[in-house]
Amino acid sequence: MRKLLLLLLVVSVGIVFTGRLLYLQVYKGASTNLYEDNAIRKVFDYPKRGFVYDRNGKLLVSNQPSYDVMIIPNEVEPLDTLEFCNLLKIDKPTFLKKYEKAYNYSPRLPFVFVSHLSKEDYAVLQEKMRKYKGFYIQKRSLRKYETTIGANVLGDIGEVNDRNIKNDNYYISGDLIGKQGVEASYEKTLRGQKGIKFIQKDIHNRDIGPYKDGKFDTLPEAGKDIKITIDATLQAYGELLMTNKRGGIIALDPNTGEILALVSGPSYDPNILVGRDRSKNFTKLFNDSIANPTFDRSLQAQYAPGSPFKVINALIGLQEGIVNTTEQFSCKLGYYYNGRKLHGCHSHKSPVNMNIGIYESCNAYFVNVYRRIIEKYPTATEGMDTWSNHAKSFGLGNYLGYDLVVGRKGRIPDSKFYDKWYGKNRWSSTFMTSNAIGQGEVEATPIQLANMVAAIANRGYFYTPHIIKEIEGEPIDEKYTTPRYTSIDKQHFEPVIQGMFDVYNKGTAKNLQVEGIDICGKTGTAENFVKIDGVKTQLTDHSIFVAFAPKDNPKIAIAVFVENGYWGSRFAGKMASLMIEKYLRGHITRTDLETWILTHSLENEYAKPYSGQPFKINGETQLQVVPIPTNEAN
Amino acid sequence: MRQTDRHYKFDWLTIILFFILVGFGWLNILSATYGGETIEYFNLSNLYSKQLIFIAFSFVLIVFILSINGKFYERFSSIIYLASLLLLAGLFVFGKNINGATSWYPIGSFTLQPGEFAKVATALAVAKYVSDLNTDIKKFNDQLKTFAIIAIPALLVLLQPDAGSALVYGAFFFVLYREGLPHIYLIVGALLIALSIFSLKFGITSTLLITATLVALYYFTRKKRPSILQPITVLILSTVLAFGVRFFYSKILPEHQKDRITVWLSLENDPAKLEKMKKTVAYNLNESEKAISSGGFKGKGFLEGTRTTGNFVPEQETDYIFSTVGEEWGFVGSFFTVLVFLLLIIRILILAERQKTQFSRMYGYAVGSILFLHFMINIGMVMGLIPTIGIPLPFFSYGGSGLWGFTILVFIFIKLDSNRINEW
Repeated sequence: MRKLLLLLLVVSVGIVFTGRLLYLQVYKGASTNLYEDNAIRKVFDYPKRGFVYDRNGKLLVSNQPSYDVMIIPNEVEPLDTLEFCNLLKIDKPTFLKKYEKAYNYSPRLPFVFVSHLSKEDYAVLQEKMRKYKGFYIQKRSLRKYETTIGANVLGDIGEVNDRNIKNDNYYISGDLIGKQGVEASYEKTLRGQKGIKFIQKDIHNRDIGPYKDGKFDTLPEAGKDIKITIDATLQAYGELLMTNKRGGIIALDPNTGEILALVSGPSYDPNILVGRDRSKNFTKLFNDSIANPTFDRSLQAQYAPGSPFKVINALIGLQEGIVNTTEQFSCKLGYYYNGRKLHGCHSHKSPVNMNIGIYESCNAYFVNVYRRIIEKYPTATEGMDTWSNHAKSFGLGNYLGYDLVVGRKGRIPDSKFYDKWYGKNRWSSTFMTSNAIGQGEVEATPIQLANMVAAIANRGYFYTPHIIKEIEGEPIDEKYTTPRYTSIDKQHFEPVIQGMFDVYNKGTAKNLQVEGIDICGKTGTAENFVKIDGVKTQLTDHSIFVAFAPKDNPKIAIAVFVENGYWGSRFAGKMASLMIEKYLRGHITRTDLETWILTHSLENEYAKPYSGQPFKINGETQLQVVPIPTNEAN
Repeated sequence: MRQTDRHYKFDWLTIILFFILVGFGWLNILSATYGGETIEYFNLSNLYSKQLIFIAFSFVLIVFILSINGKFYERFSSIIYLASLLLLAGLFVFGKNINGATSWYPIGSFTLQPGEFAKVATALAVAKYVSDLNTDIKKFNDQLKTFAIIAIPALLVLLQPDAGSALVYGAFFFVLYREGLPHIYLIVGALLIALSIFSLKFGITSTLLITATLVALYYFTRKKRPSILQPITVLILSTVLAFGVRFFYSKILPEHQKDRITVWLSLENDPAKLEKMKKTVAYNLNESEKAISSGGFKGKGFLEGTRTTGNFVPEQETDYIFSTVGEEWGFVGSFFTVLVFLLLIIRILILAERQKTQFSRMYGYAVGSILFLHFMINIGMVMGLIPTIGIPLPFFSYGGSGLWGFTILVFIFIKLDSNRINEW
């Protein structure tokens, strides 16, 4: 036994050591790689970020240099602080505070002393820089917007947040990333690929030399330029029209699904989010919860679409064969059910067929059609789902799949929705007749409405709306070049389109005709409410308009939405006509409409709910007249 | 491979294992001290070049040791022992202080550490004294004398101060136990260690409660109960010891040694403070563990260790040399190193058992035990298994004295072993 004690100890120590080695090196050490090795400094070389052009090749976004004064505290030698502070436009206490901050960060490592020098300051400073040991100027690249429009489309770049870093290990703290607009959706294309140098450092964090003679280093890969589908002229014009109003304009090319204009009002100059004042301005924009300029109303605002949705019900009615173009329904200032008036209607001739129903926007006509669709099937569930699927085939009720990062699903209810509301099978067609006229549970975003119109203009199909036109040398995603068909047969579109044409000819948009252009459209009005001090209060209706033109061989489909604009043709319709003429003709003949829109503001209207005073809405309001605003469109 | 000399049969396996360790050790010293420039083997400002010279000189020592008559070591052991004591004592007058310890004689641009040779001398002296026909290790008197032989050099080393090297003299316990030291020493020793660690980690109250329970269980389950005084004495002694250990830890132990124990046993309850200690007092340990971990399974390759190149582990070429092995050679190389050490120690123990004389057997056992203690403490420390105790890893750590000390230690035994054929 005595002989074995030491032998046993030796063997057991051997086993314990092996176990510890396995734990340290195989279990714990398995994940170590060059990037996580803190004995290796990673120095990144950032490539040029790609430019953004409009569809006609106009440069919208480029880069500009920005200069930061850097400090390495250990290398600073006594200097003329007064002169230096004057050059940097800071005072001495600030200088000392910054120096201390840099020193506390690390005496040996570079630290940003003053960021975003102006070009003028840089020019002066550059010549004197050699006098100040321990300071140097570092060039960075910032975005430069060559335009004052399109802030919501172009977006901006900013420093990555913790979530970006966690989700994508490409980014490290301090990197820039696209935050909104095309900067965000085409981030990977625009940014390129940064180069990396691995540098061996010692325990004092000093560089010793390239790691393995730079064997693993990579060169940066420049970002690619992109061309977007926006027509800068049309976009600028749309933003001009939207001045002093809130809402959105979406113009699409129905032949391709390209987004020609994407206007959200109120807007802002994208240049204010560049450089030294970025965070100040961003906070200001972001905290403006009343005008909400960072909220893209053409993509994110979800409203009841109102009357434009009626054309969908007409199409579904024809497809399901429960109505033909000649059948007439009577309308006695509304739709009655069991002697009770379910929906009112304005005064027009009665009875009405489909054509009149559309251009007069008759509520009773569409409630009849809608009920027939639902009641065609043995159960309301089947009827509801059939209706819902038809509507959804127009790209409504779900994300469209466009290449911008924000959006809403909208809502097209189905049987499950009502089962949840009323209980299974405890509802019937009369429970939700509001859907017939685009109110009730139906909701859509402006871009969904524009796309719906594009599908009608194409007589039954659409391309997924998109903002990308060209990436140098790369084909755009196939999903933007593949047509998506609706569930409505082609022949059913003509009568409905004729109805929309007659809206301009003799209907609700009679006054908005543009000589020489055959426009098809549909007005809409949507009631809306807010809570003021806990009381549900009705505000002036939203003004909605959808249109496409020309009637045959359409080139533009458009949806306009103006908050609290009252009725459809009052604001939205005029703007739609103007946009169409601007795009198709290049200049405006209906200058009367243009002047009216530019000189009328809705700011009064928007101030009402916050005034704390009782106010009047709709017909009892007076419009505010303002001088003609300007932007780069005029 | 074995030499077929009529009189001498050197154990080639031991010699090969020895050279593997020295060779591999040098490669790692090269890695740890090479700064990324071109390698110049004969530029003496490089530590790896110096070590190469130390290795060359150890060859001279080997030839010298093997050519002396084996009987010499036994006969002259007392003189060698006394000489080494004188050398140790002389340090207090002529010694050079490096890093707070006066353990070196300055000789020109080199330094010599007599403590590394005192182990050999003590091994010889203990073997000589115990193997004497008049000595009986089972007698208390002789035990005391033996302990004195061990304790005198150990004390001199402790006073330098070099607590780590002094601790190595504990290796002789295994030698004496093998030769018949009563079991009670082993039992009491093991219990003392357990009690000390327990009272530090879990506090005096719980330690004494557990001790009392165990003693009571033992006492009342025995058929023939011994006097009640016995368990009471044990309890009183335990209490004194538990308080003593606590007192020693908190009041007497120097701050840096106290911190090492604090980190090892995680005695600090505040996680923030413990985390801070890892960055200060346990900095070396923390970096060395990270370096070993970063090697992974296959290692980063010879001269490719980023933490080694960046000097992230202080004292890497001496006490922390194993972290270089871990980083550059990975699990494969570390396991290989551990395995070769185990083989060497086991081989020496087996050889010791087949010696014909008690002197050779005891000396062989001493060699195995000393190597084992160095191996266990050094690698255990570098991997964070035991508290930081600064002693070198035999054959690996940079330094002439250490290398020569271990070379002499091992090769005297190889000589003794080769001589056994003449011992009939």
